[in-house]
Amino acid sequence: MSASIPNDSPAQHTPGTAGESAPASLSIALAGSGGSGVMTAGTMLLDAAARAGLYGLMVRTSGPQIRGGEAAALLRLGRHPIETLDDGFDLLLAFDWQNVNRFADEIPLRPSGLIVGDSNEGEPPEVFTGGGARFVGIPLKKTAKEIAGSWVNMVALGLAGTLAGIPALALEEALRASWKRSEAGLQANLSALQAGIALAGTVAHEAGAHAPTPLSEATGSPATGSPAAASSPSGAAPSRWLISGNEAAGYGAICGGIRFVAAYPITPATEMLEWMAPALAKVGGTLLQAEDELASVNMIIGASYGGVPSLTATAGPGLALMTEGIGLAVSAEVPIVVVDVMRGGPSTGIPAKSEQSDLSFAVSGLHGDAPRLVLAPTSIADCMATTQWAVALAEATQTAAIVLSDQFMGQSRAIIDRPADPGFRASRLVAEGGETPYRRYLDTPSGISPMAVPGTPGIAYTADGLEHNERGIPSSQVRDHQQQLDKRERKLARHDYGDWWADCEGDGDLAVVTFGSTTCAVREALTRVRARGVAARLLALRLLAPAQPQRMAAALAGVKRILVVEQNHGAQLYRYLRSVYELPDARSLHRPGPLPLRPGELADAILAWSDAAHRPENRQEEIA
Amino acid sequence: MSPERTRPATLAEVMAQALGIERDAAERYSSLADVMEVHNNREVAALFRKMASIEATHAQQIMNAMGWTRAEDAPAVSRWWPGGDAPESVPQDEIHYLMTPWHALQLALGAEQRAEAFFAELASNAPTAAVREAALEMRNEEREHVELIRDWLAKVPRPEEDWAVDPDPPRYLD
Amino acid sequence: MNDVVAPPPTAAAYKSDYKPIWCPGCGDYTVLNAVTRAFAQLALPPHQIAVVSGIGCSSRIPAYTSCYGFHGVHGRSLAAGTGLKVARPDLTVLVAGGDGDGYSIGGNHFLHACRRNVDLTYIVMDNHVYGMTKGQASPTTEPDWDNKLSPGGTGIRAFHPLVIALASGANFVARAFSGDQNGTADIIAKAIRHPGFSFVEILSPCVTFRPEQRDWKNHVHPASVEATDDPARAARRIMTDDGFNIGVLYQGRRTPYPLKMGSGQAAVESLETEFAP
Repeated sequence: MSASIPNDSPAQHTPGTAGESAPASLSIALAGSGGSGVMTAGTMLLDAAARAGLYGLMVRTSGPQIRGGEAAALLRLGRHPIETLDDGFDLLLAFDWQNVNRFADEIPLRPSGLIVGDSNEGEPPEVFTGGGARFVGIPLKKTAKEIAGSWVNMVALGLAGTLAGIPALALEEALRASWKRSEAGLQANLSALQAGIALAGTVAHEAGAHAPTPLSEATGSPATGSPAAASSPSGAAPSRWLISGNEAAGYGAICGGIRFVAAYPITPATEMLEWMAPALAKVGGTLLQAEDELASVNMIIGASYGGVPSLTATAGPGLALMTEGIGLAVSAEVPIVVVDVMRGGPSTGIPAKSEQSDLSFAVSGLHGDAPRLVLAPTSIADCMATTQWAVALAEATQTAAIVLSDQFMGQSRAIIDRPADPGFRASRLVAEGGETPYRRYLDTPSGISPMAVPGTPGIAYTADGLEHNERGIPSSQVRDHQQQLDKRERKLARHDYGDWWADCEGDGDLAVVTFGSTTCAVREALTRVRARGVAARLLALRLLAPAQPQRMAAALAGVKRILVVEQNHGAQLYRYLRSVYELPDARSLHRPGPLPLRPGELADAILAWSDAAHRPENRQEEIA
Repeated sequence: MSPERTRPATLAEVMAQALGIERDAAERYSSLADVMEVHNNREVAALFRKMASIEATHAQQIMNAMGWTRAEDAPAVSRWWPGGDAPESVPQDEIHYLMTPWHALQLALGAEQRAEAFFAELASNAPTAAVREAALEMRNEEREHVELIRDWLAKVPRPEEDWAVDPDPPRYLD
Repeated sequence: MNDVVAPPPTAAAYKSDYKPIWCPGCGDYTVLNAVTRAFAQLALPPHQIAVVSGIGCSSRIPAYTSCYGFHGVHGRSLAAGTGLKVARPDLTVLVAGGDGDGYSIGGNHFLHACRRNVDLTYIVMDNHVYGMTKGQASPTTEPDWDNKLSPGGTGIRAFHPLVIALASGANFVARAFSGDQNGTADIIAKAIRHPGFSFVEILSPCVTFRPEQRDWKNHVHPASVEATDDPARAARRIMTDDGFNIGVLYQGRRTPYPLKMGSGQAAVESLETEFAP
């Protein structure tokens, strides 16, 4: 991917409007190995930020070992909602350097950045210092050792949190809230935390100009007793949540009405299932661990046939196994929701990393003519609403809905404003009885026919994957096949999806089209692009299939050029859009995982493309 | 059932047995060092590497004493200890990714003690005087090693109570 | 002409340079040693052996050997191994994996591989858990083992792989324990030597998700009787054992699946004679 315009943009791509002296966000990486507790420190730091009224995002990354491996927690904190990583990191705090160079690509340090390490662990690898960041060594482990029973990651938490501008009280509360061990241990680690806080002054002084600028006090009330209570009067629902995309999707599913889940563990979807298992039980539903994905999809079809809204969650390899089942749901018109938390592909691929490479498969991977719903949340917060919407749509249109989440959204945690309930609920058109004989697959103008629920007398029918007539009797007749194919297509084409089908923002004759987790990076890139005086629209698609020609035409009215942005090797969205829509001049910007697309590089690419597009000679360049 | 196991009947067979034990120990320490390295436990990895090198030296000493230039020069002897591991090999399931040098030396101590007991038993049930003498000599060697490990142990710090605590949960990847 | 006989291969010759990422203390380390020792015992050239696996911690084993390896998809290792052996009967095929891979998603293939009785060896490193995905119940997990996906336990009876193997027609059924490296090596070597489908279930503790399994070494014991070739006697024995009986439990005399690849010698053109009117 390259941008070939003269680069007169500032070295730092800082979001926010010009004139603010304090940075709008700070990017911090914690790294270390072998039991040092990097992830725990990162989680607490994010929690503390929430208590301090800040927004934030945490991404985890690690080596291949199950325990003791090198690990890094990548955080971005700020005063405005954050759901994408920035272009570079302001602070890297490492407990040791063992194999931490593995994360070099994921932790690009700003030239103005600061590296803090243990003074007894040697110099950082050149891959981190080469870009100009300054190194300050302090005796982290020694400081922890001086406090019996304490951990080095708590010293680091105090230090990093204070450098970031998080009040000591918030840091302390984060530690207390998550502490599950002895009281003595808690006291020891509170001391370690204080020791870390005390070190911040020394570090900042030694770091000089490289010291991170602390985030100023967030708007909203100071830290109180629980993260949920930040900025809200006591007793009211929390105004902010600390949540992962997987949890949000699970909650959205239950809000939408899902009460039965059958699933098989697979990275990176397993946490969604683990969250849903007790949650479902609480609300009268149940989760069943299936023997494999073939069983999972067929189990949820069975449950849904029985009248219970049902869902499963998986990743690429699991979705591949489920395709025959999804086709059955489409043909027999049984509503199901399949959440695909996309990861690096193809085949076993890169299980713990994100990518957007299942799109082609989701929109066209079934044998036969089998229209189905494909949706994609646009952010961690949106995982809740879009999954909820998928449930409502699947139930309303009696078909299969595939929800394309991804590892980045699924496994990252963010501090978000409590999402409003979009109000989507499962509402199946149920047959009450009366018509004899009952025609399950009655050809109606909307294409949706009332569905009998087993247990209702007088209207028993046999659901079938075989092509069938209106009564559901298997048929190889051309008129039945044509009728049913038309019906199944029509019910999706005629459904009114409302404004939720996409986020359309901005104006101008350029539009950037994207889906899924890249939305937030594109949104931030466009903020920077607009700050440079270039007008461009964002079109983030939530509904990918069926195509929405009229809505797309309306969204692109006046647009002369579009840039399609996505995280995969085959430009899947670009090719799909060109195949189902009339598009103006379209270009593709695509890159496979595992690294995220960052706002700065996207902004550069958009500016370059815009610049080229507006030149009189109208250069035709593909930016890929 | 396992193949026929016979006790060493000659001095050469005793020494061949001893050679096998030392080589096994060296190989085991080396692979344990690899495991600890992959899991970022540098201190114990280094300690295990040192032990591997010490055991390799012992093996070489035996070969020198017997005039063997290659391991194959030693008579073939069956491995007749019960269970899995040779007496001086640290069992693979006893290690922990957060173990400290003290733990590693405790395991090494156990290994040397087992080796000492092995040769003591061999000596007390020896069929000939030559075998008994050879076994006793090996027992005395191992006894010295036990003392060396004890000295070393006295110099390393004892582990903290919470040495095995890892705040982070296990990660998964497939 | 050099008439010095090459020394027999050591187990080390079958290991690759690639260091395993299994947790320290994992039973799979000794299984790897046992497998390579078995290969050395049989003196098979590494390039004549193929190690086929699925997905999971145990399935990482092929890359740690210097043999030909195939790291396929979850649960389908027996299918891949079957295809390989039938197409290439000259190779020695060892299929390996864990209890999740083999008995859950792979359950169907397990049944049919036993039934088909192709000459290959299947070792399952059983730790009663899905290790790779962070600790869910597997088919051999106890019904009351609390875990996040099934809080309070699955409530479902554990799978008994040796009974299933015997009933489905496996020609060799054994149980081993990773704590006994040499014993396991001997059993694996026997399994490879025995014609037809040989199944070895290896109890291999998971120190990370099932630390209580360190206690297994106090429960395992050698099988008190010799292997039998009578399926009925083996069935009675296996159905009533305590799950810690170590040794070869059944050595059958079923005829293995006939490996006929390459035995036909007709010219391709001779096939068209039937089209003549």
